[in-house]
Amino acid sequence: MGEGRRIADEMNSELAGVLPGWKVEGLANEAIEYGVDKVYLVEDPILVSYLSRPFSKVMVTLIRRYKPSVVLYGASKNGRDLGGRVHAIIETGLAADCVKFEVTKEGNLDMIRPAYGGRSLAHIVCANHRPQMGSARANVFKKAVRVPGRRGEVYKEMVQFNESDKDTKLVEFIESSGKDGAKIDEASVVVAGGFGLKSQSNFRMLDEMAGLMGGSVAASRKAVDAGWMPKERQVGQTGKTVRPDVYWAVGISGAVQHLAGMQESLKIVAINSDPNAAIFELADYGIVGDLFQVVPAIIEQLKRGRT
Amino acid sequence: MKQVPKAQELQVDPVTQTLKRVGVPSEINPPDSNAIEMAVQLKEKHGGEIVVLTMGPRVFIQSLERALGMGADRAFLLSDRALGGSDTVPTGVALSAAIHKIGDFDLILCGEETTDSSTGHVGPGIAGHLDIPQITYCVDVKINDRKVLGRRAVEDGFEVWECSLPCLVTVNFGSNKPRDPSLSGKIKVKRGKLVTQWSAADVGLPPEKLGLKGSPTVVSKVDTVVLPARGGKIFRGDPKLTVPQLLSALKRDKVGGV
Repeated sequence: MGEGRRIADEMNSELAGVLPGWKVEGLANEAIEYGVDKVYLVEDPILVSYLSRPFSKVMVTLIRRYKPSVVLYGASKNGRDLGGRVHAIIETGLAADCVKFEVTKEGNLDMIRPAYGGRSLAHIVCANHRPQMGSARANVFKKAVRVPGRRGEVYKEMVQFNESDKDTKLVEFIESSGKDGAKIDEASVVVAGGFGLKSQSNFRMLDEMAGLMGGSVAASRKAVDAGWMPKERQVGQTGKTVRPDVYWAVGISGAVQHLAGMQESLKIVAINSDPNAAIFELADYGIVGDLFQVVPAIIEQLKRGRT
Repeated sequence: MKQVPKAQELQVDPVTQTLKRVGVPSEINPPDSNAIEMAVQLKEKHGGEIVVLTMGPRVFIQSLERALGMGADRAFLLSDRALGGSDTVPTGVALSAAIHKIGDFDLILCGEETTDSSTGHVGPGIAGHLDIPQITYCVDVKINDRKVLGRRAVEDGFEVWECSLPCLVTVNFGSNKPRDPSLSGKIKVKRGKLVTQWSAADVGLPPEKLGLKGSPTVVSKVDTVVLPARGGKIFRGDPKLTVPQLLSALKRDKVGGV
């Protein structure tokens, strides 16, 4: 909503929000206070939780009814699920995972997204199709500021659902517990191991090291592929993006896809036996050496420092 | 499925800051390998036939053959110069047309996204074109009585969705361990004639719907991201010396944890 407001102002246009749900009318005014001029409210019991088909039906119906110039989604799993289906039905462009939007001098939206593991930024323009659609990456844009008492309009919209829209059901939700320090994207210290660790049991060293520093253990894709660490600890393009105060890369060579998941860390420390490993290009600190000697020596010295 | 440059081999040239692309080997898009493995496991349980489909140049046949070796029964390559430069819209249109021509199906499995474009939009796009239900980001799929139960990995946990066949499922990367092609699978491939090649015209696609012409989006330019220079205090030599050197440097610079 924050970025939508900014773009709408720059385009001299209104900002509308779509609110599909069930018994959610109260949220319409909240959206207005956050900067939306109009809310299209669609209420139906089928919309009580996110499901691809009925939510797509809402978007497709409203896009055809009101012909907006721009449609933005959040780049969450459900945002991609929804946008992916809608853009195919409408046959218009959709730029995934944008980190910046600019309005061109022709009045089009320049949708900027990371490419090739974050080492390039691609500018995507959808000049001849409407709406121009993009999804906005989480935690990149400024959040909208709530202005209590801000006024806007709420429109109750009718959308017809048929039997096939009602076919899919949410049966169960299992919230992740986040135990065992699995939430590596929230840790201030991350100790990540790569293929250089050579086996699952060697990750115990990293557990001990991370424990002494109050950190979490993570892994590269190769280490996860090898079955040494669970997928939820994977850092990189196909895993998680982390931005800790300190990121230790142990036995990780530094493929672009890995760097994409940790290059925004405040400080990066690399330990690798190969002095030419790409990870050293990005490191604030590093040791060129055998990790099986270096890591135990670090643990020993940290322990000595604690007593 | 799609063939992509091997992710782990991609490295940035430290001088030009651009990707080193020459001689980078390719592989089946890793989440697609998880989708193939899931298909093989479902076939082992329920029977049926596995058909693999890809769109791209003829070199993609090597990936189709790998999928056949893993347990797929037939393979289709949709290959046409007119398809070059397609964004996710014509890609979805073309793959849907090919699926239509292949014939009746119960379940379409795709990887959650490709490692070279990472949009995750093509799977849901195909489901939209074919007007069938979709369950994305699945780590596990069960089929009972023409009903699919898909366990989706979402940001804050897992959701279980249920829908009817036919449907489309996208498979989360890393949700299983893809098997290597078996010896009998390789022999099956060697005997040949399992891969059918189609042009755009073969699946009834008009040229104006394809490629750059049929793509709503264009990449107007690409900027190289130059990462900020870092300290680069790299210590070399005997760990008895380098470890104390590193830890005192970290302490001096007030880096957390030590």
